[in-house]
Amino acid sequence: MALPLGTAAVLLLALFFELARPRLRRSLTRARVAVARVRRERAEESYDPGRERRAEQRARALLRSCVNEEDWEIYSELGFLRVLGPVGAPAGDSPAPYAYLIYPHKPIVAYVPATGELLSEYCVTFPDHSRPFGSSRLPHSDDVLAKWMAITADERRLIGEANMHLPGRQVEPERVRRDLARLARWERERSERELGGVRAA
Amino acid sequence: MKPGHGEIVLAEGDVGIPAEELQLIEAFRRELDAGMWAAVPTEGLAGRREAELVKSFDEVPRDAERVIFFPRAAGGAAPVGR
Repeated sequence: MALPLGTAAVLLLALFFELARPRLRRSLTRARVAVARVRRERAEESYDPGRERRAEQRARALLRSCVNEEDWEIYSELGFLRVLGPVGAPAGDSPAPYAYLIYPHKPIVAYVPATGELLSEYCVTFPDHSRPFGSSRLPHSDDVLAKWMAITADERRLIGEANMHLPGRQVEPERVRRDLARLARWERERSERELGGVRAA
Repeated sequence: MKPGHGEIVLAEGDVGIPAEELQLIEAFRRELDAGMWAAVPTEGLAGRREAELVKSFDEVPRDAERVIFFPRAAGGAAPVGR
């Protein structure tokens, strides 16, 4: 009795396997493709210093093509951009009442050019909304360019979007003062160079 | 601008050629629908360079060389770390 039942069970199992084999094969193929895709995506997302360096080089070229030559020189030599406020106001004889320093991946710092007094920090980021969790950052120069475009296009909107803090929350006031001193020295040397060039001519 | 990658060319074309203009419009809409901001580098009255944010393809100056898309700004609240 046991032998026929056992044989029947084996036959049923073999039949079931034979019927399910195409479906199993398709499922296995789909799983393999999915695993390969995940591996490929992980490989693309993995840290690649070469990719980041190339991205930064492209970002610097893009920034250079967008800002004034003087601003580019400030950025390439000092590491930040300076935007005089109010943005869009015609340049007059009177000094700008305030200005912004734009650092890569740091808050925008507002200050008074005449006195060097620090006014506030505006913390703003440009997150990848398509991938809200664990998304990569923009290259340094792209972050600076994004802030520059946003502030020169619509100063009020950007300042409205940003989180405002007192100076010193994220950017060391001493660092900003050093940078303002470096900027003043840079401008002095530049005007002396230009003056020297005019005299020589 | 794409986080982690930097600048990527999305579309190129001549707005004077209807088929190419259509492609540019499609690319423009796709990026704005994805939540990006679009800016056109311009030159202000005082000769200083600045940018202009555009919300529709019609706002892009016809002679603009490029439109730069970048992620929409958000108030950052990064932890305080010195």
